[in-house]
Amino acid sequence: MRLEYFQLIDRVVDINISERRISCEATVPSVSTVFEGHFPGFPLMPGVLLVEAMAQTSGWLVSSINQFKRMSFLASVKEAKLRTFVLPGYVLNIESKLVHDGSGYAVLDAKVKNNGKQVCDATITLRVMEFPNQELAGEMLKMAARVGLTPEMALNG
Amino acid sequence: MSSTFETIANIIAETCDIPRDSITPESHAINDLGIDSLDFLDIAFAIDKAFGIKLPLEQWTQEVSDGKATTDQYFVLKNLAARIDELVAAKGA
Repeated sequence: MRLEYFQLIDRVVDINISERRISCEATVPSVSTVFEGHFPGFPLMPGVLLVEAMAQTSGWLVSSINQFKRMSFLASVKEAKLRTFVLPGYVLNIESKLVHDGSGYAVLDAKVKNNGKQVCDATITLRVMEFPNQELAGEMLKMAARVGLTPEMALNG
Repeated sequence: MSSTFETIANIIAETCDIPRDSITPESHAINDLGIDSLDFLDIAFAIDKAFGIKLPLEQWTQEVSDGKATTDQYFVLKNLAARIDELVAAKGA
């Protein structure tokens, strides 16, 4: 996780386009300025960042389904449950499944696990639209490559 | 079986916490009921599920933006119900 850049996914572990699901991995850093404030003496991964990690995982799936020709933006979060504390150093598995591919939006069920134990889950709605500019489109491809996601995987996953 | 209008009126009432008796076939979802685009995504999701269709929101929005259609054609509820009936019929054809 690159908390300071709000890039929360380290790598895509598995993606299956026909089954409309994705699995990603992210390691909570051992040290971060975030933990200096949240909380002093008891560093804890903020719940909003776990929700963001589920949103980003969901976004990679929707981007792949759309072959990186459209951009996803977080629109709503429902039924978010933060079940246990997530501490620095935890290795998280983040899964998301597309439950509805609407016109201009997508609804996904996402969850985060640590050592097989579910730590949080939510229903995520993403707006899906044209890229606002070509710079972002190019940067998203670079970010996708950084997490190990290529257009070829999107086609064949 | 409830009518298409009844179904979407119930969806809107439940999704947006709008009194059911204030929702009529003549109601405009945006202008009269004050539904914003985010709430309409929830409504579209519920409609898609209820009727097994995919409301073409992007196409409708584009048509309105291009001046080829008015919002009344898609967002006055009796018209929305008619569009849904057309989509359901097309799906079954």
